[in-house]
Amino acid sequence: MGDDEMKPAPFEYFAARSAAEAAEALAAANGDGKIIAGGQSLMPMINVRLVKPTILIDINRIAGLDRIEKHGERLGIGATVRHRMTATDALVHRHIPILHDAMHHVAHLTVRNRGTFCGSVCHADPAAEMPMMTLLLNGMVTALSIRGERRIAASEFFVGSLMTALEQDEFVTSIEIDTLPPETGWGFEEFSRRHGDFALASVATTLRIIDGVARDVRFGMMGVGETPLRLPDIETLIEGQTISETLLQDVTEALKELLHPNTDIHASADYRRHLAGALARRALRDAWARATLRKDGANA
Amino acid sequence: MPEKKITLSVSVNGVVHTATVEPRMLLSDFLRHELGLTGTHVGCEHGVCGACTVLLDGRSARSCLTLAVQADGVEIETVEGQGSIDRLGRIQEAFRQHHALQCGFCTPGFIMAITDMLRHHPLESDDQIREALSGNICRCTGYEHIVNAVRELAKERGPLT
Repeated sequence: MGDDEMKPAPFEYFAARSAAEAAEALAAANGDGKIIAGGQSLMPMINVRLVKPTILIDINRIAGLDRIEKHGERLGIGATVRHRMTATDALVHRHIPILHDAMHHVAHLTVRNRGTFCGSVCHADPAAEMPMMTLLLNGMVTALSIRGERRIAASEFFVGSLMTALEQDEFVTSIEIDTLPPETGWGFEEFSRRHGDFALASVATTLRIIDGVARDVRFGMMGVGETPLRLPDIETLIEGQTISETLLQDVTEALKELLHPNTDIHASADYRRHLAGALARRALRDAWARATLRKDGANA
Repeated sequence: MPEKKITLSVSVNGVVHTATVEPRMLLSDFLRHELGLTGTHVGCEHGVCGACTVLLDGRSARSCLTLAVQADGVEIETVEGQGSIDRLGRIQEAFRQHHALQCGFCTPGFIMAITDMLRHHPLESDDQIREALSGNICRCTGYEHIVNAVRELAKERGPLT
């Protein structure tokens, strides 16, 4: 094939054998290097030359990055853990059932075979599931550079659409997220044009029932802003309450005030605000029902 | 910019090939232009249509989102490994029987994705079959006959053990 027939612009390729090697190569690239793991977001951008790295640093062959491990109450997900692994992992299923549910909405079978949890978080699409789940589960991102390791809280990590707090010489080696107490109820609702496509809007919420009211409420959304969102105002509204139709109506009204989604070819801002309320009501009802079952000791 | 070419060795449908390529060469182009295996089709070239689906170490992948150099040491399966005009593979035969193709452009991608599905996925209901097929786009059939073919293949296979 001739030069002008190739889709990507030219680059060099380096298959790193260790995280330290990858960090060195990334630093040497001086801002023009890109890390590749699953490549399901990066390669499309390279193919249409939106991204033109001088060197592609492949971390797929680094041993030990492909693990999901439990450390106390937290789960660590390595940089080359594929969506398929997260979707079928027993620890995830048992300790973070909402993440197991969310995985059903991630892309398509063939993409899940290659795409990675950490890669999706680094790509930081505001309508992708894993960034929102990382935020909901109080994620802590571990970034490596030749300057050393840095830990970045999810709340600081997503700074804009497709933009993160990573410095140009840093890459993610793992992400740690909360496991949830067994009596936690959850709701995950998403609306997209086709199954597996990016969300027009999505809600993820968890809560426990203690003394008859909702506690430890977490409420996250995506597709309705420049980044995935945690909505502390909504969490406060629900905390200490029972989920009633009145409360759900209050949540719907509050969301209308809080959210400022974009209008694009897929949906108008008004439609997204409407979806937010509808999905929130469904997700909260599910979370309450599951928390009720689990509190009573049934295996929900 | 002169790129450093890289030598790789891959097994495609059991045949080992060694070649030296530019790092930016996509696996889809490598299969078609370097190895002459034009059964793998190239549609959107950015991971949306699924026409270029092949198996890498037994799992389906979009070959347009994979660099040839990343496949070094990998076992690749393409539609050429499924059968021939004279002797269709089982999935190809099911497609023929159910009229699951019209123009045929997307078919190699479907065949390879279905190979992965039949090996690894329960496919117990039409919903599961449709969800599993959702990464491949067909503009002719309306999918109905493809679902019919997969339903028959899944039934024939039986439950996953």
